[in-house]
Amino acid sequence: MTAVIPVMILLPFLGALVIGLTPARRAEVFRPIAVLASGGTAAVAAYVLTQFESGEAGYQFVVDRTWIADLGISMHFGIDGISLFLVLMTAGIFPIAILGAKPHHDPKPYYAWLLILQAGSIGVFCALDLVMFFVFFEIVLVPMYFLIGMWGHGRRTYAATKFFLYTMAGSALMLVGIFALALLQSNATGDPLTFDIVTITDNLAVSTTAGRWIFVALAIAFAVKVPLFPLHTWLPDAHTEAPTAGSVILAAVMLKLGTYGFLRLGIEMLPEASVWAAPVLMTLGVIGLTYGAIAATMQKDLKRLVAYSSVAHLGFIILGMFSLTTQGIEGGVLIMVNHGITTGALFLLVGMIYERRHTRLISELSGLQKVAPVMAAVFTTVMLASVGLPGLNGFPGEFLALLGAFSGARWWGVVAVTGVILAALYLLWAYQRTFHGPLTAENASMKDMTGSEFAVMVPLLALIVFLGIYPTPLLERMEPSVEAVIVHVEESVPGFISPDPGLERRAVGDHGDGAEEGEG
Amino acid sequence: MWFLTHTWIMPALMALSFLAILAVGKRLPKKGSEIGVAAVGICFVLALLTAGSWWQHTNDTGESGEHASGVLAVAPGAGDAEEHDPEAFSDVEQGCSRVVDEADHEGNSEKAEADHEGDTEGEEHSSGIAPGESASAESTAVATAEEGEGHAATKPVVRCFTWFDNGPADSSTITVGTMVDGQSVFMLVVVGLISLLVHIYSTDYVNGDRRYTHYFAFLSLFTASMMFFVLAQSTLQMIVGWELVGVCSFALIGHWWEEKPNSNAALKAFLTNRVGDIGLLVGMIILYFAAGRSFSILDINILAASGGISHGLLLVASVCLLAAVMSKSGQFILHTWLPDAMAGPTPVSALIHAATMVVAGIYLVARLYPVFFEGLSIAGSSVNLLAVVGAVTAMFGALLAFVQKDVKKVLAYSTISQLGFMVTALGVGAWTAAMFHLFTHAMFKACLFLGAGSMSHAAHHSFNMVDDYGGLRKIMPRTFWTFIIATGALAGIFPLSGFWSKDEILAGHGTFFSEGGNGTYHVMLAMLIIGAFCTAAYMTRTIWYCFYGEYRGVGTPHESGPRITVPLIILATLGAVVGFLNLPKSIGPINFPESLHTQFEQFVEPVGAYFPSISHAEFNVPLALFSLAVAGLGVLLPYLYYFKGGLAPIRDLSERNALARWGKNVLVNKYYFDWLYTDVITGFVKGPLARAANWFNAKVLDGIVDGVGAGAVVTGQWVYENIDQEVVDGAVNAAGTTATETGGVLRYLQSGRIQQYAALFFAAAALLAGVFVVATG
Repeated sequence: MTAVIPVMILLPFLGALVIGLTPARRAEVFRPIAVLASGGTAAVAAYVLTQFESGEAGYQFVVDRTWIADLGISMHFGIDGISLFLVLMTAGIFPIAILGAKPHHDPKPYYAWLLILQAGSIGVFCALDLVMFFVFFEIVLVPMYFLIGMWGHGRRTYAATKFFLYTMAGSALMLVGIFALALLQSNATGDPLTFDIVTITDNLAVSTTAGRWIFVALAIAFAVKVPLFPLHTWLPDAHTEAPTAGSVILAAVMLKLGTYGFLRLGIEMLPEASVWAAPVLMTLGVIGLTYGAIAATMQKDLKRLVAYSSVAHLGFIILGMFSLTTQGIEGGVLIMVNHGITTGALFLLVGMIYERRHTRLISELSGLQKVAPVMAAVFTTVMLASVGLPGLNGFPGEFLALLGAFSGARWWGVVAVTGVILAALYLLWAYQRTFHGPLTAENASMKDMTGSEFAVMVPLLALIVFLGIYPTPLLERMEPSVEAVIVHVEESVPGFISPDPGLERRAVGDHGDGAEEGEG
Repeated sequence: MWFLTHTWIMPALMALSFLAILAVGKRLPKKGSEIGVAAVGICFVLALLTAGSWWQHTNDTGESGEHASGVLAVAPGAGDAEEHDPEAFSDVEQGCSRVVDEADHEGNSEKAEADHEGDTEGEEHSSGIAPGESASAESTAVATAEEGEGHAATKPVVRCFTWFDNGPADSSTITVGTMVDGQSVFMLVVVGLISLLVHIYSTDYVNGDRRYTHYFAFLSLFTASMMFFVLAQSTLQMIVGWELVGVCSFALIGHWWEEKPNSNAALKAFLTNRVGDIGLLVGMIILYFAAGRSFSILDINILAASGGISHGLLLVASVCLLAAVMSKSGQFILHTWLPDAMAGPTPVSALIHAATMVVAGIYLVARLYPVFFEGLSIAGSSVNLLAVVGAVTAMFGALLAFVQKDVKKVLAYSTISQLGFMVTALGVGAWTAAMFHLFTHAMFKACLFLGAGSMSHAAHHSFNMVDDYGGLRKIMPRTFWTFIIATGALAGIFPLSGFWSKDEILAGHGTFFSEGGNGTYHVMLAMLIIGAFCTAAYMTRTIWYCFYGEYRGVGTPHESGPRITVPLIILATLGAVVGFLNLPKSIGPINFPESLHTQFEQFVEPVGAYFPSISHAEFNVPLALFSLAVAGLGVLLPYLYYFKGGLAPIRDLSERNALARWGKNVLVNKYYFDWLYTDVITGFVKGPLARAANWFNAKVLDGIVDGVGAGAVVTGQWVYENIDQEVVDGAVNAAGTTATETGGVLRYLQSGRIQQYAALFFAAAALLAGVFVVATG
C-alpha cells in the first residue's frame, strides 16, 4: 500500500518505455498500450481514494528514501487532502484525453510523450522534496513542448517556443528560490542541508526579507504556469495550437501545477511572505478573472475562447487561495479539480467540432444543434458547468472562493462577482452563435457524436453533475488539510488571524452568536 | 403534518419527470407529454393537500398558543430584550437555523439577553439610527400588537439536510431543505395550478412541434426549479433555484432557436438576468456574513427583524438584492428582456409571467422581507427605493403597453406594470396585498396569455392584433368571454379578483386624506392610480382590436379545442372569484363575519420573530370608489375612441373634455412612446452594447495583440539581453524545422533544448548569487 505513489509515477513511465521499445511500424499497438498504462494509473489512483483516511490532515501513503544524502535530497512523496483530488484528476483525465483524440501522424512519440507527461504531473502533486518537485515540474515541460510543436495546428512552432521560453524563465527563478531557501534554512538552523518540504515547512527559519525574496522567485515561476495576469500571454497561443489532447492536459493538469505550487510552496511553506504578498496576488487574480472573461468575449476562435476562460477561472483560484481562509482555499482546490473536468470536456468538444468541420471559427459554425443534437446537449451541460451554474460542478468552488474573498477582501469579491457574470456572456454567446441559428450548407453534413465519443464524455458528465449536487466527498477529505494550512499560517505569522470566524472562534474560545463578526 | 414535512417530493418529482421525458419521452405514444402532465398533476394535488395541511396547522397553532404577535415581534432599538416564543419554532428541525437552535439550547439565559442587548445598542450607535425612527418603529410594533390580536405566531415547518460542510464544523454547514409556511404553500399551489393548466394547454398548442418532447421536458424542469426556489430553506438554495429558473427560461424562450431573433431573445433574457445576479450574489453574501455566517432564511430574517444586523448592512444588502429583483421581475430599467421573451411559445409566456420566472423576484423580496423592511426603513417613511422602482415601473410599463401591435407584447408590458404594483406594495409595507395581487394576477394573466395563444392558434400563428385579428368575438366565444373576464379582473373592475387585490395595494399607501400604517406614500399612490387608469385603457384597446370590427387576417379562424378552452374557463373563473378569499373586515357599514374576511392574510402572512411587524390598511371606501372610477374612465375613453371612433360627437366630446383630450392625446401620440421605447430604452441597450462591442474590438482585442506584442517585447528583451542570442535562434530554428519535416526533428529540438537549458541555468545561477547578496547582506 505504501508503494502506491511510486507505482502511479512509474506505471506511465513504464508504458512510455514499452512504446519506445516497440517498433514504429506497429502503429496499432501504441494506443492500447497508452490506454492501459494511463488507465492502470487511474485505477491505482482510485484505489488510493478508497484507502485515503478522511479526517486526517497529514500526508498519507508516505514514501521517504534518502537519495543524495550529502545534499539532503530525498525521494519523499505523500498525499494529503489537498493533493489527493489533483492526483485523482490527473490520473483520470489522461486516459480520457488519450481516448478522446487521436494524433494524425507519429502515434509512437505522441503516446510516449503523453505518458511521460502523466508521470511528471503526478510526481509534482506527490513530491515532498523541493528537488523532486522541481525535477517533475521541469519534466512536464518537455513532452508538452513536443506535443504542441509536433502535433499542433497552424502557428504551433511559435506557440511551442513561446510556451517554452515563458515557463523556462519562470523555472530558472524557481531553481534559484529553492536553492536559496535550502541554503539559508540550513545556515539559520545549523542543521545539515535539506530540501525536504515538510521539514522546512515545520521549522522555517529564514529571515523575513529572505523569505519574501524567495517567495517572489517562486511566485513568478508559478504565476507563469497558472498563468496569472500579466504573464498569461503564452496560454492562448499554446492552447489554440496544441492538439486536442494537449489542450485538455494543459488546461486540466498543467495550469494546476502553478496553483498547487502557490499553495504548497507558497502559502504553506512561506506563510509570512504569502500574507505579505496576498493583496498583490488577489489583485492579479481579480484582474485575471475579469480580463480573461472580457478577452474571451471577443474571441472568434472557439478554442481560443475556451483558453481565455481558463485565464478567468485560474484567476478565481488565486483569489480564493490568497484570501487565506478555509473557504477560499477549499474553493480554490475545488475549482482546480472542477476546472480540469469542465475545461477538459470543453476542449474535447471543440476538438470534435474541429475534426468534423476543420474550422474553429465561430462565424463559420451555425445551427449545429440541428445536425448534432447530442453534441449540443453535452456542450450545453459542460458550458453551463463552466459558467458556474448552481447544481453543476462549477458552482460550489466558485461560491466558496467568493465567500473566502468576501471575508478577506470584500471589494475584490465584488469585482470577482462581475467575472462570474461575464462568464455567462462569453460562453452562452458562443454557444448561441455556434449551435443556434439557421443551419448553413457547410454545416449541414456534420455528423453528431459517435457512440465512442459519447462514451468518453460520459464519465466527465457524470462528475459534472455529481460534484455539482454533492461536493461533500471532496470537501470532507480536503478540509482537515486545508484547516491545518490555515492554522499553520496563523501560528507562523505573528499578528495574522485568518478572517475566518470559525477558526477565530476556536482560537479565542468565543461562543457568542457571531452576528457581529459579519461586519468585520 | 406529513405533507408539510414532505414538500420536497414535489420538486423532486418534477425533476424526475424531466429526466424521464428526456430518457424515454420520444418512444412513448404521446411523446413524453403524458409523463409531464401526470407529474405536474400529482404535484398540484400534493400542493392542495399541503395547503389543507397548513390550514389545519395554523388553526391548531391558533388554538394552542395564545401569544399575541406584537409581543413577539421586537421593534429595533425599542429596548426590549429579544425573546423567542418557545413554541413558535418548535417545527424547525435541529440544524436548520442557528438562531433558533441557540435559543433552544440556552433557553433565553440571562447572559444571552445581556449580550444581545449590548449588541443592539452598539449597532444603533454605529449605524446612527435617528431617535425618531426607533420611536416610530416602536409605535408600529404597538399598532400591530393591537391589530394582531388573536393571531398566534406562525410556526414555519422547516426541514433540512447538509448539502456540504466547509470550514470548521458547526459554523459553515451549508444546508438545503424546505421551509414551509403560508407564503411557500400558497406559491406552491399557484405554481402547481398554472403549470398543470399550461401542460394541458400545451398538448394541443404545440402539438406536432419539432421539439415536442424537449419542450415538455423543460416545462417539467422549469416547474421543478421554481418549486425548489419557493421551498428554499437557505438563501443559497434560493440562488440555485433562481439560476435554474433562468436557465429553463433560456431554453424555453429560445425554443425555436433556428430563427435568430428567438435565440437572441433567449440570450438577452439570460444575460440581463445575469446582470441582476451580481446584485443577488453580493447581497446574499453580505447577508450570509451579517447573519453570522448563515444562509438560513430564518436566521437572516430573525436577526434582521430584531435589530441583530446593523441598518447599514441591511440597506446595502437590500439595494443589491433589488438589482436582482429588477432584472428578474422586469422592473425598470432592467425590464427590456421581458417583451423580447415573448419569442417563446405562448404557454411558456403564461408560465413565466404568471407563476415562475418573473414572480421569483417578488417572492424573493417577500421571503426576505425583514431585510428590506428594516434596510429601506419602509415603516414611517414616505419614499424608498423599492416603492419608487415599483411605482415608476407600474406607470411607465402601462404606458408602453399602448403602442404595441402585438397582443403578447401588450400583455408583457402589462405584466411589467403589474409586477410594479407588487413591488410598490412591498415597498410601502403592504406585504399581504403584494402576495394577494401576485395570486390574483397569476390567475387572470395566465388566462390572458393563454387566450392570446388561442387567438393566434386561430389566426395562423400571428400575434399582430392590429393587422391580423378582429371580429373574433363571434367566432371564438369561449376565448372571448374568458378574455373579457380576465381583462376585467386586470383592470380592477368590481367584484373581480383584481379589484380586491389592487385596492388592497392602493390602501396600503395610506390615502390622500389619512396616513398609512407603514408610512404615507402619496406620490406612489398617485403613480399607481395613473397606472391603473392606463391598464384599463390599454386592455380596452386590446379587446377592440382582437374581438371587434372585421376579421383582418388570413384564412378562416375557428374556436380552439377543449384542451385549450377548458384551461381558459378554469382560469377565468378563478380570476373572477379568488378576490373573495381576502375580503376586508368591513366595507363601510358592512361587516364581514370572521370566517369570511382576510382568509388569505391569515393563511399566508407570517406572524412572529422572523417577520417584521407590519400594519394592515383597512378597506377605504372613498379610495375604492375613486380607483373604480379611474378604471371606469380608463375603459370609457378608449371605448369612445375605438368603438365609437369616427363619429363626430365623440371628437367633440374629447375637444370639450380636458381629461378626454388628454387621454386621447396619449393614445394618438403613440409615436411619443415609440420614441421612448425605441430610442430611450432599446437605444439604451443597443447603443452602449454596440459601443461596448466596438470598445471590445478596438481596445481589448487589439489590446490583446498589443499585449502579446508588448509581452513578446518584454520577454524578448529580457531573453535577448540576458541569454545568448544564438540560443533563441537555435530554438526557433529547431522549432521551425518541426514545421517542415517531422522525421529527424527530435535531434534538432533536443540540441536546441539543451542549449537553452544551459543558458537559462547559467542565468539562474547569476540571479541566485544576486539573491544571496540581498538576502544575507
